[in-house]
Amino acid sequence: MIKGRTIKFGDNVDTDQIIPAQYLSLSTIQQIATHTFEFYGNFANDFKPGDMISGNDNFGCGSSREQAPAVLKERGVSAVIARSFARIFYRNAINIGLLLVECEKADEIRQGDVLEIDTQKGVIRNITSDSNLEITPLPAFMQDILNCGGIVKYIDNRRGDHDGLECRDRTQLAIIAQKNMT
Amino acid sequence: MNAIEKIIATHAGLKTVKPGQIVDVKLDYVMANDATTTLSIDVFQKELKGKKVFDREKVILVMDHYTPCCSVDAAETHKKMRQFGRDQELNYVYDGVGVCHQLMLEHHAKPGDFIIGADSHTCSYGAIGTLSTGMGSTDVAVGWMEGKVWIKVPFAIKIRVSGKWPQGVYAKDLALKVISDLTAKGATYKALVFEGEAIRDLTVSERVTLCNMGIEAGAKFAYMQPDEKVKTFMKEMGREGYPLIEDDEDASYERVLTYNVEDLVPQIAYPHSVDQVKPLSDFEGLEIDEVFLGACTNGRFEDLETAAAILKGKKISDKVRMLVTPASNAVYMKALERGLIGTFMESGAMVSPPGCSACFGGTIGLIGPGERLLTTANRNFKGRVGSPDGEIYLASPATAAASALYGRITDPRKVI
Repeated sequence: MIKGRTIKFGDNVDTDQIIPAQYLSLSTIQQIATHTFEFYGNFANDFKPGDMISGNDNFGCGSSREQAPAVLKERGVSAVIARSFARIFYRNAINIGLLLVECEKADEIRQGDVLEIDTQKGVIRNITSDSNLEITPLPAFMQDILNCGGIVKYIDNRRGDHDGLECRDRTQLAIIAQKNMT
Repeated sequence: MNAIEKIIATHAGLKTVKPGQIVDVKLDYVMANDATTTLSIDVFQKELKGKKVFDREKVILVMDHYTPCCSVDAAETHKKMRQFGRDQELNYVYDGVGVCHQLMLEHHAKPGDFIIGADSHTCSYGAIGTLSTGMGSTDVAVGWMEGKVWIKVPFAIKIRVSGKWPQGVYAKDLALKVISDLTAKGATYKALVFEGEAIRDLTVSERVTLCNMGIEAGAKFAYMQPDEKVKTFMKEMGREGYPLIEDDEDASYERVLTYNVEDLVPQIAYPHSVDQVKPLSDFEGLEIDEVFLGACTNGRFEDLETAAAILKGKKISDKVRMLVTPASNAVYMKALERGLIGTFMESGAMVSPPGCSACFGGTIGLIGPGERLLTTANRNFKGRVGSPDGEIYLASPATAAASALYGRITDPRKVI
């Protein structure tokens, strides 16, 4: 169960909004993360670690920069909720262990709402508005990755050593993923 | 199977695949550029404990987004990339000689290849029949290590385009129109397949423009069946000998959209989303402050040639500055030989070394608060090129050149 206050955005939140291009060349993710959503007062002025972000459709569209989910994780965003996510952002976020939640009714969430996410039961409890929003439960494969903190650690846990990834591990993952997705 | 499924099946070592299936595919190339490579290097070295990349000829590094460097941070990023390239004994580390996608098309990609790149516009190579897509730094680091990556076979949308191209209307206008119809999320997880006489009539350069912008509708792949023009292009680039893959008779598509370019007029994408598109006439006369001609979308020789034909013997308006950035050294040299660079400079435009330039707010050509940029690039996101209080409009090279002459958005058909 994850509980937090929401910072609200709209449709098509792009990766340039999350982290502008001119900061990608800074040396560490900690430095880059100080510029997260820096032109958006609702985040730049109000965000506190543990807060959630919610958007409507196509969250994370645009560039493939993995710094976008990475800065959200670095700043302590506990979850990103949206009606839909852009493909590369989604894959990057799961890979680095940032919780994404797809919710058809994400547009009903308002700035400042306090939410409680139960990924096991597939429900968001909106404490502020006293309502429940249904979510698509995460496939077990992705939940496991998130629990481990990302794909690299997930595979390490399964493998138990550091000699490099082996193809059969990932093929196995893919098969598990497929069973859960289809 | 359709051609995309056949290419995936070949790279997965399977006889058949179907949409929705997840498979491991062998990678012909893994490309990464300076906007995200340092993250991949960190993942490869610190998390994956990687020693050597899977194939030093197939891992391509490109410095294009921050080149030439305008900050010490960017210089450090490049230093780290060069060092990684030397440590790994990589054969191809490109430094300031072009935009990554243009270099991949000039030197590496082949029809039937499967390529991933740490850049969303990697989908561009579909123009020559390559299956290519953008991924993040962790996926790329895994690709460096194993030469493989997992992928879900996409459903495909066919875009069938008929008609003869009217004067002043280009692939860029079609791209904007299609994205507007699909919306910015309309092709998410899907493949876009372009076909029809109007596609066959396009140069390879213009086909790249169309495929390049597939990601702006969220597409995983953009693809076109290679033809004689692609064969000629590959021959000119010195790369021949590859299988030509075609749709089977039972090839399936999720849906088919049809267009006739004879109905098409110049288009403009307006701030701050690429799917916000209207006919140019809606913006005719809007004052602009800067014009950018370049990027992996429209920085090729043919784009420069179209713009130079409009600017030749004329001066750009004193109300605008214009920046021209060839997509690669090869483009630059050809433009120089043919007198295009001289035309741009005589018209009052600036010409910069090849690279991402003012498509990406990392180096040069930034706009200030309240300023308007008209650009041939692929994104008009808020704050992408300088101030978040500026505005970015997307258009074809012809529209860019015509508008530079007047300092206002101008229909190129009036000056051609």
